[in-house]
Amino acid sequence: MEKLNKSDIIKEQVISIQGLYKSFGENSVLNGIDLTIHKGENVVILGRSGSGKSVLIKIIAGLLKPDKGIVNVLGMDIGSIDEKQLLKLRLKIGFSFQNSALYDSMSVRENLEFPLIRNSRHLTKKEIDHAVEEVLEDVHLHQTINQMPSELSGGQRKRIGIARTLILRPEIMLYDEPTAGLDPITCITINELINEVQERYHTSSIIITHDLTCAKATGDRVAMLLDGRFVAQGNFDEIFNTEEETVKQFYDYNFIN
Amino acid sequence: MSLKKREHITTKGLDDYFLGIYNAFKFVRLFFREVFKPPFEFKEIIRQCYEIGYKSLPLITLTGFVTGIVFTKQSRPSLVEFGAASWLPGLIAIAVVRALAPLVTALISAGKIGSNIGAELGSMRVSEQIDAMEVSAINPFKFLVVTRVTATTLMIPVLMMYFAFVGLLGSFLNVNQNEHTSFIAFFQSAFSPISFLDVFTGLFKSIMYGFTIGMVGCYKGYNASRGTEGVGKAANMSVVISMFLIFIEEIVIVQISNWIRIA
Repeated sequence: MEKLNKSDIIKEQVISIQGLYKSFGENSVLNGIDLTIHKGENVVILGRSGSGKSVLIKIIAGLLKPDKGIVNVLGMDIGSIDEKQLLKLRLKIGFSFQNSALYDSMSVRENLEFPLIRNSRHLTKKEIDHAVEEVLEDVHLHQTINQMPSELSGGQRKRIGIARTLILRPEIMLYDEPTAGLDPITCITINELINEVQERYHTSSIIITHDLTCAKATGDRVAMLLDGRFVAQGNFDEIFNTEEETVKQFYDYNFIN
Repeated sequence: MSLKKREHITTKGLDDYFLGIYNAFKFVRLFFREVFKPPFEFKEIIRQCYEIGYKSLPLITLTGFVTGIVFTKQSRPSLVEFGAASWLPGLIAIAVVRALAPLVTALISAGKIGSNIGAELGSMRVSEQIDAMEVSAINPFKFLVVTRVTATTLMIPVLMMYFAFVGLLGSFLNVNQNEHTSFIAFFQSAFSPISFLDVFTGLFKSIMYGFTIGMVGCYKGYNASRGTEGVGKAANMSVVISMFLIFIEEIVIVQISNWIRIA
C-alpha cells in the first residue's frame, strides 16, 4: 500500500464539530466544543480523566447522541442521520477501545474475521484469510492468529484491537487511551503503530490520551480539553510552551507522575 | 434502551419502576422486529442451542431422575393405603407431564441458563464488547439477543420432554423394584391417562418459560450498568425475575388449561 507523508495532509475536512454539548443528568460533560479534523491528520486530545474526551469520540462514532450542536463526519450529520446511514458511516470509522474490547469467546482470527464476514458476506474464505493475515502483519502479530484474547499481553491486545478496526479499511481512526496501562517500551511500539496506520491506511485520527509522550509522538495537532471545553489548540510545542495556567498544571502533573 | 431524562411524575422509585417496565416492553418489541428480519444468524443460533441445550443435559438428567424416584417413593404410601398402588404410574405421569417437567426444567434453566446469559452479556456490556460490535456496523441485538432468546425458546421444550422421560424412567425403576412391573406395562399404564391437552399445555408452557428466561437474561445483561457489580446484579436479577415470571405464567396457563378441560 502506498505510504502517506505528513506533508500530504490535505485541508479537506473529515470531521467538523460545532457547539457540541453533552450532559448526563445534572453532570455537564461537554460545554460547547468546536473541532475540525482534516484528511490524513492525527489530532491528539489531551485532558484529565473525566474531562469528556471519551464521550466526544463516542459521539463521533454514533454511540452517544449529542444534546446540542452539529457533528459532521465525512459529510454526514451524526445527529440527524437514520440507522442505515449510521451503519454505512460506521464502516468508515475505526474505534480502538481503551480496554481493547476483544471478544473473549473468540480467537484472534475469529475476532478479526467477525466484522469482515458480517459486513462483506460475498467474500470467499480465501479473501477473508488474506485480509486477516494482512492486518496481522501490519500490527506485527502474525504468530498470535490462533490464540485467545486471554493469552495475549496488554500491548498485544491493543494491537489486535487496532487490527480488528483496520480490517474494514476505515477512513477515520478513533483511539481511546491507546497507551493506558502499558509499560513505556510497549507505549513506544503503540505510538509507532498509530503513525504507521496513518501512513499506510491514509487515515485521519483522533487520539484521546493523557500521556504526553504519546501526544508528542503521534499528534500533528494537539487540543487540550478541560471542563468540557478546549482551552488550547496547536502543535505540541505551542501547547507545551503556553502560559495558560490550567494547561501548565496538566503538564506539571504529568512530569511529577 | 432508556427514556430521555425528565422530571419525576410520581416518586423516583415508582417512576423508575414504570420506566423499567416500559423499557422491557420496548426490548421485547425490538426482538419481534428483528427476529424475522434477514440476515438470519443460523450458525450462532445452533451454537447457542448447543450451549443451552446440550450442556444442560447432565443437570437435567440428574434432577429428572431424582425427581421421578422421590415423587414415586413419596406417593406410594398414600396410594397403598387406599389400595390404589396400580394407579402409581398414571399419577406420576400426570404430575410429571402436566406440572413437574415444565416447572422444574424452567426453574433449573432460570438458574443455570438465565444467570449465564445475564452474566455473559453483562460482562460484554461493561467491557465495551457490545459497543465494539456497534462501531463495526454489526447489529449486537440481532447477534446476541435474538440468537439467545430463539435458542432458549427452542431448547427449553426439548429439555422439558427429556426431563419427563428421565423422570418416568426413575419412577419406573422404583416401581419395578417394589411392584415388579415390566417396562412396557409401566409405560402403558403411565401414558393411558395422558391427553393431548396435557402434552400441548406442557409444551406451550415450556415455550413460554424458555422465551421468558432468554428475554429476561438478555434484557438484564444487555442493559447492565458499568462495573463488575453490575454484572453480578444482572446475573442475579435474571434468575429472580425469571423465576417470578415463571410462577405467574404457571398460574395463568394452568387456570386457562383447566377452563378448557372443563369446557
